[in-house]
Amino acid sequence: MKGYLRNNGKKGIRNATLVVYLVECAKHVASKIVDSFDNDSVQLVGFSGCYPNDYALDIMTKLCTHPNVGSTLIVSLGCEGFNREALANAVKDSGRPCSTLVIQQNQGTAKSIVKGKEIVAEQLNSLASTPLVDLEISDIVVGTICGGSDGTSGITANPAVGSCFDHLIDHGATCMFEETGELIGCEDVMIDRAANQVVAANILGAIEKAEIYYQKMGYGSFAPGNAEGGLTTQEEKSMGAYAKSGRSEIQGVIKPGEAPSGKGLYLMDVVPDGEPMFGFPNIADNAEIVEMIASGCHLVLFTTGRGSVVGSAISPIVKVCANPETYENLSDDMDVNAGKILLGESTINETGQEIVNKVIDVCSGKKSKSEQLGHQEFVLTYKRFNHEEDSKLTLKHKGDALC
Amino acid sequence: MSEIILINNEDNVLICCSPLKKGQEISIDSVKYKLESDLDIGHKIARKALSKGDKVIKYGVSIGSMLSDTEIGQHVHLHNMKSDYISSHTRQSKVGEA
Repeated sequence: MKGYLRNNGKKGIRNATLVVYLVECAKHVASKIVDSFDNDSVQLVGFSGCYPNDYALDIMTKLCTHPNVGSTLIVSLGCEGFNREALANAVKDSGRPCSTLVIQQNQGTAKSIVKGKEIVAEQLNSLASTPLVDLEISDIVVGTICGGSDGTSGITANPAVGSCFDHLIDHGATCMFEETGELIGCEDVMIDRAANQVVAANILGAIEKAEIYYQKMGYGSFAPGNAEGGLTTQEEKSMGAYAKSGRSEIQGVIKPGEAPSGKGLYLMDVVPDGEPMFGFPNIADNAEIVEMIASGCHLVLFTTGRGSVVGSAISPIVKVCANPETYENLSDDMDVNAGKILLGESTINETGQEIVNKVIDVCSGKKSKSEQLGHQEFVLTYKRFNHEEDSKLTLKHKGDALC
Repeated sequence: MSEIILINNEDNVLICCSPLKKGQEISIDSVKYKLESDLDIGHKIARKALSKGDKVIKYGVSIGSMLSDTEIGQHVHLHNMKSDYISSHTRQSKVGEA
């Protein structure tokens, strides 16, 4: 495998040029610039809100300095709240080409599109000489998510991804899993795998916080599903999702955008800190995918039973289909057919190895199915993390909830 | 095509991977058992005789406890097992009946 070498020594498996709109009002110009290039490495990402948000700035900064990203064009309307100077400075500090185009200072839509196209063309030229160096499994960071789950997810695709994770981690990779709201009931099993007492305490805290948050949202994530698919208990349902994590020791709990401090397996705590305030923790699967990419994922393994078709900007999505009937219907969108396990045509470990091989192929430059189909979804919304005052509120509500 | 699968060697339940009919014979460790009920994909079958209070092991971990004795080859579901998690964590009101 070969990777694109960045100034900080990190290696990317793709060499994307991001066109970043900083408010919905700048999206049209940004998307016209992207569309003018028949090049899937020129990608549109952005933030719709006009109000500033520390989390959104942090995530966008991490994305624009991600190993899979080579250069960035920032497209600003001019009056929005997003701190474009801070973003531009961070990208420039990383050694990447970065320009800012302010529509209000560039005579509007048409002239801004022309100017933006020139800038991206220059960036693509300079990226052509990005050095390629040897890439090992120990260099890569892989995330996993499940979406469109059904009764087969927890018995085929998820444990197969777990088996893949075990193999990758044995070879020195860094892996992460998340969805703390759907890990309720797994905390006792999970803390047995915690590397130390601090990690164990952080796992318990993350799961408890998720419970309080979702309860406030009135979201039914914690209600036991009906008995369809044969699930009997909450812990059984959660274990289905948890199976994606494999059996490795859990080295730490990270927040979105935070890079794992070492190799091995990490749990991402996606639920905001403090009093619920901006709505659901993640409005759709792509919001979680973006967070894992912001924490350094080179690619994300997406398990699905019902059949999600999404991909992502920046990092390839590899889709592992749990249900053999879904695979038959949606095989053009699926990278791995884990439904074979149900048919007795493959074992969990064999499918796990198939996923490992797919990871190596995609890291070697081969496009995943969602990349071939042009999927480059992107979602970034408002969130808040790490406010001490909010942590106190959480604890107070926790007391209320348990009464 | 296999009708039932074992997820983890430590599991005491098997998972149904094709729709099975009452009266149909299934084979567990080379011994044949006649099904007493219809079973859909994803449902659990006792891999060994289970007693009331036994932990139900799937994915190599406990997913709840038996509420009654169950013979090998029988359906394991809401009628004969329960969540340990809900009662032990007093979350019954939040997650409903198990």
